Amino acid sequence: MSATNFRVLPRTSSPPRDHTILRRNINKALMLVLLIAPGMILFLTFVLIPVVQSARYSVYDWNGFGQPEDYVGLDNYQRLYEHNVFRTALSNSFKIMLLSLAVQLPIAMTLALLVGRGSLPGRRFFRALLFIPYVFSEVIVAIIWWYVYHPNDGLATTIFSTFGLKPIEWLGDKNVVIYSIFLVLTWKYFGYYMILYMAGLQGVPQDLEEAARVDGANWWQTLTRITLPLMGPTIRLTIYLSVLGSFQQFVIVQTLTRGGNPFNSGHVLATYLYKFGIQRFYMGYGSAVAVVLFLITLIFSLGYQRIVLRQDFAQQDLG
Amino acid sequence: MSGAVNRTTMQSATLEQSLVLERRARLNRRLIVAGKLLILVILSAVIMGPVLTAFLGSLRTTGQFLSRPFGLPTAGIHWENYTNILTGKAFWTAAQNSLIITVGVATINITLASMMAFAFSRVRFLGRSLLFNILSLGLLFPLVIALLPLFIQLRNLGLTNSLWGVILPLAAFGLPGSVVILRSFFMAVPGELEDASYIDGCTTLGFFRHILLPISRPALTAVVTMQIVVAWNEYFLPLLVLTNDKKWPLPLGIMQFMGQYGWDYAGIMAYVTLLIIPAVIFYIVTEKYIVTGLTGGELKG
Repeated sequence: MSATNFRVLPRTSSPPRDHTILRRNINKALMLVLLIAPGMILFLTFVLIPVVQSARYSVYDWNGFGQPEDYVGLDNYQRLYEHNVFRTALSNSFKIMLLSLAVQLPIAMTLALLVGRGSLPGRRFFRALLFIPYVFSEVIVAIIWWYVYHPNDGLATTIFSTFGLKPIEWLGDKNVVIYSIFLVLTWKYFGYYMILYMAGLQGVPQDLEEAARVDGANWWQTLTRITLPLMGPTIRLTIYLSVLGSFQQFVIVQTLTRGGNPFNSGHVLATYLYKFGIQRFYMGYGSAVAVVLFLITLIFSLGYQRIVLRQDFAQQDLG
Repeated sequence: MSGAVNRTTMQSATLEQSLVLERRARLNRRLIVAGKLLILVILSAVIMGPVLTAFLGSLRTTGQFLSRPFGLPTAGIHWENYTNILTGKAFWTAAQNSLIITVGVATINITLASMMAFAFSRVRFLGRSLLFNILSLGLLFPLVIALLPLFIQLRNLGLTNSLWGVILPLAAFGLPGSVVILRSFFMAVPGELEDASYIDGCTTLGFFRHILLPISRPALTAVVTMQIVVAWNEYFLPLLVLTNDKKWPLPLGIMQFMGQYGWDYAGIMAYVTLLIIPAVIFYIVTEKYIVTGLTGGELKG
């Protein structure tokens, strides 16, 4: 307490001190502007403002030239709702999402458990091999699979006929096409989730599993009672990423189905947006599709973060 | 280890028993490993099958491919599939465009993201969390959602048919992810280091440039690697923005090639192989950083 009595500088010297504080604050403000403004301007110009604009355009009938003037209210949404192709695209997007959760993630988890730990020979090699489709461009993946699915001569067809199975029209049958696409998506993306699960597995203390085994738990009990619950945060994160990723699919679907074929049964939301909004210059209509797509991901994301991810974020120090 | 101890203390009858048990356990372990390997080999075949089909197809003629989609080039390798592409001007123009786009996106993204991440992690100021939250919102927007208005925005700015019209939006869409990764890395750098640098006469920006950036090299490399993968592979945005095919990058180049030479399956597969080889090499070289970028640095070994 007595330390406050010792003042090297007299009280009267406060004006110049205020001055330096002011200058320091100006410097700090300048530095912050320098650090943040360029990135923020780029982000606002090319991400945030366009997304907000989408919502505005969606209530106009507009071909994209000049200013949107023909206000039509919610007509675009009404027309969307009535268009059966849109409903197909919507249900296909949901199918891909549900299948991803039910098939892709369990496969990825199984593989992570196989190659994630332990001293399996060639472990790193297999990990790299299974992951590599992730770095291939989506166009390349689509072209490769287009030939695999090629009617008569494709690899898939040849393998089917070798085993004496009836050939399937992978991309030509409107009841099959979405599952063929899902197979390609799984081929490309399960390695990504496998890598995430392998990272999560490293956070599971092995002595805990060992202890369970010593106490007489078999591998299934150890897995379901110890390992998987401890991987909870990773599993919840992959579910989140998988759902968002499913709704954002475009290039592979567009290229494989040549724009939603056969008979518009191969559309997902993004390819529908491209074909009926962008290619036909129905900017208002296309924006309505974008808004629907955005609302689905936003509602899911907010709900999921609030209900499910909250517990995980609470554990981390997010400042 | 415990078996060895047991053996010395146990009587001969139980010793034999324990040896049998041990042998059985070892056999079991081997069977499990064999089973795991079998699953892995089958899955690897599923993964590599389509890729190998394209590669083998590129070494043979279209006719050979049609009669047998998966087969070795027994009748000699047809290099002309490759030379036809590599001697044409279109391929090299596309490769150059891809390179410009990739370098541009990676440079702009890492520069702006590291500056923002520094401000969001190491400088206290009013509205910091608000700005960071606004930026994080961007994680929710895929390019697809904003594409229409983005196109109109680019047209208003006069950026259509310019490589900048691809570079700037791609760099912008990558910002939220990059900032989130870098920010958490910067926050983990101990505060003592910062204090010490100030005592030694560093300014805030000096600390950022001379201390924080050099020691964050793994995280920076991871972010750059991810941006390179995204920019190199992007198809949708260039398709929309670049109307002049002289500006098209490789993913559009191959689609154009398919449009022109749709009957030439072998040529198309040679093109596919030409695009896969750099991706594989890039992956082998940067595997560590890609994995770090995806998992936030959690996976090792």
